[in-house]
Amino acid sequence: MATLADFRYEKATWCPGCGDFTVLASLQQACVKMGLEPEGVCCVSGIGCSGKISQHFGSYGFHSLHGRSLPTAQGIKMGNQELTVIAAGGDGDGYGIGMGHFIHACRRNVDITYVVMDNHIYGLTTGQSSPTSKKGFKTKTTPAGVAEEPVKPLELAMTAGASFVAQAFSGDLKQMTNILTAAIQHKGFSLVNIFSPCVTFNRVNTYEWFKEHIVNFDEMEYDRSDKYEAMRRVHEAEGVCTGIIYQEDRPAFHEVVLGATPHGTVKENLELSHEQMSALLDQFRR
Amino acid sequence: MTNEFTWKVGGAQGEGIDSTGEILATVLTRMGYYIFAYRHFMSLVKGGHTNYKIRANNEEQVDYHGDTLDILIAFDQTTIDENEDELITDGVILHDAKFAGTSKRDSLKICSVPMSQMAKDLGNVIIKNMVAAGASSYVLGIDPNNFYEQIEAQFGKKGAELVELNKTAFNKGYDYVKENYADVQRPVPAATKPATPRLLMTGNESIGVGALMAGCRILAAYPITPATEIMYWLLGNMKDVGGKVLQAEDEIAACIMAIGANYSGVRAMTSTSGPGLSLMMEAIGMAGISETPLVIIDVQRGGPSTGLPTKTEQSDLNGALYGSHGEIPRVVLAPTSIEDCYYQTFHAFNLAERYQCVVIVLSDLLIGMNKMTLDTIDLNRYSIDRGEMVTQEQLDALEKGAFKRFALTESGISPRSIPGMKNGRFCALTNEHEETGLEIEDVPMRKAQMNKRFRKMETLAREVNEWGVDYQGAESPELLLIGYGSTKAQIAEAVKNLDGMVVGHLQLRAMMPFPSDAVKRRIDAAKRVIVLDNNFTGQLTGLIHREIGYHDKTETLTKYDGNPFTVGDILSFVKG
Repeated sequence: MATLADFRYEKATWCPGCGDFTVLASLQQACVKMGLEPEGVCCVSGIGCSGKISQHFGSYGFHSLHGRSLPTAQGIKMGNQELTVIAAGGDGDGYGIGMGHFIHACRRNVDITYVVMDNHIYGLTTGQSSPTSKKGFKTKTTPAGVAEEPVKPLELAMTAGASFVAQAFSGDLKQMTNILTAAIQHKGFSLVNIFSPCVTFNRVNTYEWFKEHIVNFDEMEYDRSDKYEAMRRVHEAEGVCTGIIYQEDRPAFHEVVLGATPHGTVKENLELSHEQMSALLDQFRR
Repeated sequence: MTNEFTWKVGGAQGEGIDSTGEILATVLTRMGYYIFAYRHFMSLVKGGHTNYKIRANNEEQVDYHGDTLDILIAFDQTTIDENEDELITDGVILHDAKFAGTSKRDSLKICSVPMSQMAKDLGNVIIKNMVAAGASSYVLGIDPNNFYEQIEAQFGKKGAELVELNKTAFNKGYDYVKENYADVQRPVPAATKPATPRLLMTGNESIGVGALMAGCRILAAYPITPATEIMYWLLGNMKDVGGKVLQAEDEIAACIMAIGANYSGVRAMTSTSGPGLSLMMEAIGMAGISETPLVIIDVQRGGPSTGLPTKTEQSDLNGALYGSHGEIPRVVLAPTSIEDCYYQTFHAFNLAERYQCVVIVLSDLLIGMNKMTLDTIDLNRYSIDRGEMVTQEQLDALEKGAFKRFALTESGISPRSIPGMKNGRFCALTNEHEETGLEIEDVPMRKAQMNKRFRKMETLAREVNEWGVDYQGAESPELLLIGYGSTKAQIAEAVKNLDGMVVGHLQLRAMMPFPSDAVKRRIDAAKRVIVLDNNFTGQLTGLIHREIGYHDKTETLTKYDGNPFTVGDILSFVKG
């Protein structure tokens, strides 16, 4: 059985107090709790502060490009569905440049867990507005305040067809770990948006601010498979909520894709038999 | 030449031009002729002008559709207007009687055949294809039984009634021309090869077969002309070998999914054309620095931007050679024929894994979407070579966490693990990294990793002189013709027409690493050198200049009107 130490790799380099530390710890705890072995897990990240998570997580990893964690993760999952694939990144990475991929990964319902460390700001590029920055929020690139409406990750994911939608807060390790565990166990695309405060550049959406405003849906009774009800509640809470919001039982992409097999594509024989080769060429014989 | 004939059918897109051509192409191949079929089409679904040309030879393989035309089937006047110049002096036009059918050339033999009317009388307008086939059959002097066999093979499953209808339509066309224009018959030379089953395929299909045989089990792609047929073919065949075809949301995702799949241990590729290749540039860098194998098939079309989607060009060369930010080792291959598409694709997978790098295969529309008869494909020329992979035993012998995925080896190749292997953990990083994969910015390690990555290309740079070029001709020619990729057929044919001149023909199959020694030796030995570039700026000439010089000795013949070089283009440039 793997221990927490097996899922650790080198010391993280985030700013002291960064919300991403607990996200990493929580992911490690969830994996240990589920009895996963590090070699069977793959953590794929995008770019920015959050992107460093794949280096610090003791499993196989891919630190890909800005906004490209999801296509990388989907390629890996389609290559070997037996791996537990976790894609992780930030709000800028995932909802800015990666927005197109996000919507399509939801539609496809590829069995991966997508963890977004949402701090409402660009950290590593030193404090510009992000797609989830609240309207009116002043940053280096929005001196007069953000003019656009923020992206609403939960509603968006539900509309796009994600089969598991949840939100956590990096200030609540216990709930976050429970949610991540459920998300990894869920068969299909899981979005876990995590409020992960940037202690250096975001002076508005702080730990205290989240603690004051968050509504905990896990303490509410409602039908988690009722998308409209989930949407209504998220809307009412203005998106500042935590818990498993919505969950749907739907086949994962690797089960329904043309050519689906019960095992990973990587296990297929590369060499074709003489009969297979002849049959292929027979298509062209005239 | 007496052992050949050419035939073309033209009309508006959506009139069944392709199916008319396909019928004849199949019949001729089954009879033992070698054919090359060329599709001229536009980027729209209905309307516009489209045509399908067949060049047939009774003795040997033909890999180019030829400069001239013997027989033209016209479903509209535009077909005559746009194609009459290609006809030989006493060429034949068989046109649908629904229009007058006029030509500015008096020497041509014009026959009016009520194709649409006959089809309408039979209650099926589409069947004018078969009327046209019947008319062609008479003109070419082909025994109708050959067509009957094909009709039965094609429609037999759909019922006897449909077979009869098609035969009737065929006979109507045949009889009409026989009765009204008996003297236009041009009996074709008999096929000399026994009509054993041979292969009739496109370059795109040849790439698909090559990929499957090479062990490719995932294609992630986005539809784009002229590459989509690779996807279609693999959609039909991948499932039978446990593989998957993923239609991504865009080319960025397609390329990156292919990288992810390769990282997971699967042989995977993406296929695209110029505009898609542009979108893949950042992914190319990602594969390069993370040392993930990747095969990209680029079926080039006319550019720039969305340019000429249905026309051929060789203008993605510079993009393939230099595209992406920063510097990475990479391989660029260029298939020279439909058959070579198979070999180069197979080879691409081996090189990608052996050198853990990006391999771009530069095909183009000319060989990609057109069809020819092949005697066979040598399935034993290449076998699967997955390069250096660590074994579980090797990993078990290491201390925990000590595996160096990016080890600074002498060859530059660092044996790789794949996810699932115990103690083989690493993080593939797009940032610069040290040997285990951790991000670094220190000077010595940065330099060591760059050096290591480029060391991989040193071995390849030596071996590419062996397989990266094809040369035919004298040791010291007075004229050397150089081309890359698909221009091979026309150059070879032009050479045959340069009787009395000592000519050499050098065709490049690999563009990077550049086979400098092989090319330099040939240019050294030649008096005059002409480089063919199916693009405006002379990209191949530029590459030769950059790699080995010879600015004064090389002349460039360019073509950028969307059409492939003709033999005539080459001959008139040579003769000046």
